[in-house]
Order: sequence, then structure tokens, then C-alpha cells
Amino acid sequence: MDKFQIKNMNLYYDKFHALKDINLNMQENKITAFIGPSGCGKSTLLKSLNRMNDLVEGCKITGDIRLDGEDIYGNMDVNLLRKRVGMVFQKANPFPMSVYDNIAFGPRTHGIKSKKQLDEIVEQSLRDAAIWDELKDRLKKSALGLSGGQQQRLCIARALAVKPEVLLMDEATSALDPISTGKIEELCLKLKKQYTIIMVTHNMQQALRISDYTAFFLLGEMVEYNNTDTIFSSPKNKKTEEYITGRFG
Amino acid sequence: MADIRVTSSEDLENIVPINKITFAQRLREYRRKPLSLIMHLIVILAAALSAAALIFLIIYILIKGVPNLTPDLFAWEYNSTNVSCMPAIINTVIITFLTLLISVPLGIGAAIYLAEYAKKGNKIVKVIRAMAETLSGIPSIVYGLFGMLFFVTALGWGYSLLAGAFTLAIMVLPTIMRTTEEALLTVPDSYREGSLGLGAGKLRTIVRVVLPSAVPGILAGIILSVGRIVGETAALIYTAGSATGTAAGVMSSGRSLAIHMYVLANEGLYTNQAWGTAVVLLVLVFGINCLSAFLAKKLGSKK
Repeated sequence: MDKFQIKNMNLYYDKFHALKDINLNMQENKITAFIGPSGCGKSTLLKSLNRMNDLVEGCKITGDIRLDGEDIYGNMDVNLLRKRVGMVFQKANPFPMSVYDNIAFGPRTHGIKSKKQLDEIVEQSLRDAAIWDELKDRLKKSALGLSGGQQQRLCIARALAVKPEVLLMDEATSALDPISTGKIEELCLKLKKQYTIIMVTHNMQQALRISDYTAFFLLGEMVEYNNTDTIFSSPKNKKTEEYITGRFG
Repeated sequence: MADIRVTSSEDLENIVPINKITFAQRLREYRRKPLSLIMHLIVILAAALSAAALIFLIIYILIKGVPNLTPDLFAWEYNSTNVSCMPAIINTVIITFLTLLISVPLGIGAAIYLAEYAKKGNKIVKVIRAMAETLSGIPSIVYGLFGMLFFVTALGWGYSLLAGAFTLAIMVLPTIMRTTEEALLTVPDSYREGSLGLGAGKLRTIVRVVLPSAVPGILAGIILSVGRIVGETAALIYTAGSATGTAAGVMSSGRSLAIHMYVLANEGLYTNQAWGTAVVLLVLVFGINCLSAFLAKKLGSKK
């Protein structure tokens, strides 16, 4: 089933036409990967899905983006949209507070006050992000003291704590070592049973390893979109082939 | 989990590091570059002189003032025999409190608007910033004159703690505004994105994430302001006046500690007590700084 439907979408940063006529449907409980060289617009597209681009001045979007058939740029409450469509950023960005408060921030925002309920959510989210065992004794410690990999998984746990339906990952592993990356990839495979995951990655192997569908972007256009296996084994477009075989980009 | 890389202190003592720079090595380095030795000496001298000036000042005040710290100086009631500074201390505390009550919410609010709400490159923002910068450079006697003409005369408040506090509030407002704005601007955008990305609104993001991270910077501005408030005379003498007793209320006149000291020294009859008052003032400012530093550590982001 289609979770996200993007129709005739165009995006401009002032005069710069950053995304051209994007048509793309993304399926529920699957991992979709956006690949392409830097500056091709894949992160921009990702950020349009939970309206983080609203923060960018001079950003104009036309077209139609729907979540479960509902226009996200229509009457939908932005905060509610961002609750449903969580995001993990390229650089881990834990808040300068304790591990517990970091995870509890989202649920508290959405009105959960009971200590017992928060405790449960914190534990469950950390377990889901496969970091509970490492952090259960330091819940009260500052999150800034964690290693980079731990911080990123904490941010994933923080995103999971608001019980989103979709998880956007913007090059979430690009700043991490191979062991942490491996852990997060495993996590994605586990999480897709409950969530829809859309990720931007520069790492072709990563897209191949964990994604179900892959979209290739070039200079603001979506060149090709298909099953990951098909894209990597028999790309239809010559540019796609050149990119994944490493001839440019 | 204990880190296995932590060594015991006994082990550390037995270590002979090879990367230690010895005195002989440093001398050899300087022989090659004499200029760097001269530079080194100059900066040491500058540091020493700056510290010496401050230490000399403090010691001088302490020597002159401490012997004059008699119980009389802290009597509840002022009269011309004991020249007590107790009423002035109480007035100072009230004025400081009132001033902060007015200027801190206003200054922080304005800074939040400038840093978080106003669009970048907005003309009004530029004008506000330029004004704040100009205001912070105006001599305090000008504020005093304005306070006298506006609060004391035009509004008819008379010489009063309230008139003094409002005058001082206008005086320290730019400082609080600018330091808070600077502090807010240094909070990384990734915090804001993270919070908004979780579905938190703008207000919640600012109150729960941005402001707490900026607390040390904001407090620094408040400390600076408190220092100016406690030490201010020119802006107060024609607004809060120089009545000797503890002010009966915010609408009565009362002298602050700095004014008390100024008047004593000016009259020339109680120079010794003026020195004693100087010590009290010094201790007060030092105490306030310690308290603020403590608060900054308590409220600031736990690292």
C-alpha cells in the first residue's frame, strides 16, 4: 500500500529549481532509498515529506504530496505531521539534557505526563533502537557524553518515542564507524515491520543491503525508481548505470 | 560500565613521558628565535601587570576599609554618629531586584524576538540592534537626567526607588538584550530541527530546548548588569535620591550603597566609613558573582 504519494512536485529555492516534476509513490512497511550525487535534491525531497523545508526561507513548493491520501500541505497540522513522520538527521543532534529527558521530550510534547507511562516509553524506545543495554544505567547522565554511534541511535530512539508511522533518515550513518553503521542497518531491517522507512544515502552498498526500493536522482530530477534489486542488477537508464558502477558522482 | 583504559595513579607515577618539553629544549628554541622569547616575556608582563593592578586595588581597599568595619556600621538605623550603611544595603537589594524584574523579562523577550522570530535581514531588527548598541554606550548621567525629567518630574513619582529602578532598567536593557541574543544565536540549529522534527511547536522548542541551552550566556549578561546596577551612582542620584534611611516603600527615596559611599566621601566627614562601605560593596559584588556562577552551573546544560 502507498504511504506517500508525490505528484508533479516542483521545489524552488528562490530562483533555483531544485526538484523538477517528481512523481513517486512509496510503500508502507518498506525501506525506500534515495541515491544520487551531492546536490541532486534527495535530501530536499526528504525534508519536504515532513515539511522541515518550511524553515528554509525562499523555499517554494508546488504539486501534491499525500500521506495516506491526505494532503500534507493542506489542512494538516504541521506538528501532527511531524509526529507521524519522524526524522533522523545526518549529524546526531541529542539535546543537552539527560538520556531520559531526550527520549521523553517527544512524548511530553504530545501530552504524556504520567511518570510510569514515560518510563515505559523510554525503555521501549531504547530497546527498539537496540541501545537499552548500553544506556540503562546512565539514563540520568547527559546525552552529550555518549559516543557518536550511541548518540545517533539515541536520536533514532527519540524519534521512535513519539510512535511515528514513517521514519525519514537523512544520511543517518554517514558520520559513523562501520560497527555503528552495521547496528543501525540491522535496526532499520527490524523497524520496517512496524514503520515505513525512507532514507537518503551516499553509500551504494547500504542501499543495496537494506532497501526494498531505490530512487536515483540527478540534477533535481528523478531518473529511475524501481525495486532495489532491479535497479542495481539491470538499470534501465544509462546515467543510473554509470552512477551505481561508480563512473561518476 | 568501567572504562578499562583508566589507569591507576600509581602506574602514572612510573611513566616517563618522552614528549615533555624541558627547560633546556625551550632555551635552545629561543636562541634560534629571540623574537619569540621577547614576545613571551611581553605577554607574561602584560598578564602580570593587569593582575597586579587589580590585586593592588583590592588590597588597598581592604587595608583601608576592614579596620572600619565596626558593628556600628551595620546598625539598623542610620544616624550621623554611626553612619550605618545597613539601610543603603537594603535599598541596593530592593533596587537591584526591581531593576531585574523590569529589565530581564523585557530584555529576554526582545532577544527571543530578534533571534528566533524576526526574519533574517529584517530592517526593523537592524534598527533595534543599532539602537541597543548606541544605548549601551551612553554615559549613565544621561540616563540619570532622563530619569529625573521623565519618571521623577513628568510622571510625578518624585525621588523614589521605583524611579531609580526604571532608570537603571533602561540602562541595562541593551546589555541583557544583546547578551541573550548572542547566547540564543550560538545554540546550534540542529537542536531546533530536532525539536521541531519531533512535532514540538515553535514556542515549546524555544522554551524547552533553546532557552535552557542559552542559560549560561543569559546569566552572564545578568551578572554584568547586576554589577552595573550595584555600582551605579550617576543614574541614581537624581532619581532614587539620597535619603539616608531604609526606604519605606518603592515610592520613597533611598540611597543605594554606591551613592551612600559617594555622599560620605563627598562630605569629607566620614572618609573612614566610606572605606568600610567600599569593602561592603566589594564583598556584595563578589557574592553576587559567586551566586550567579553557581546558578549558571545549576541551571545550565548538564555536561
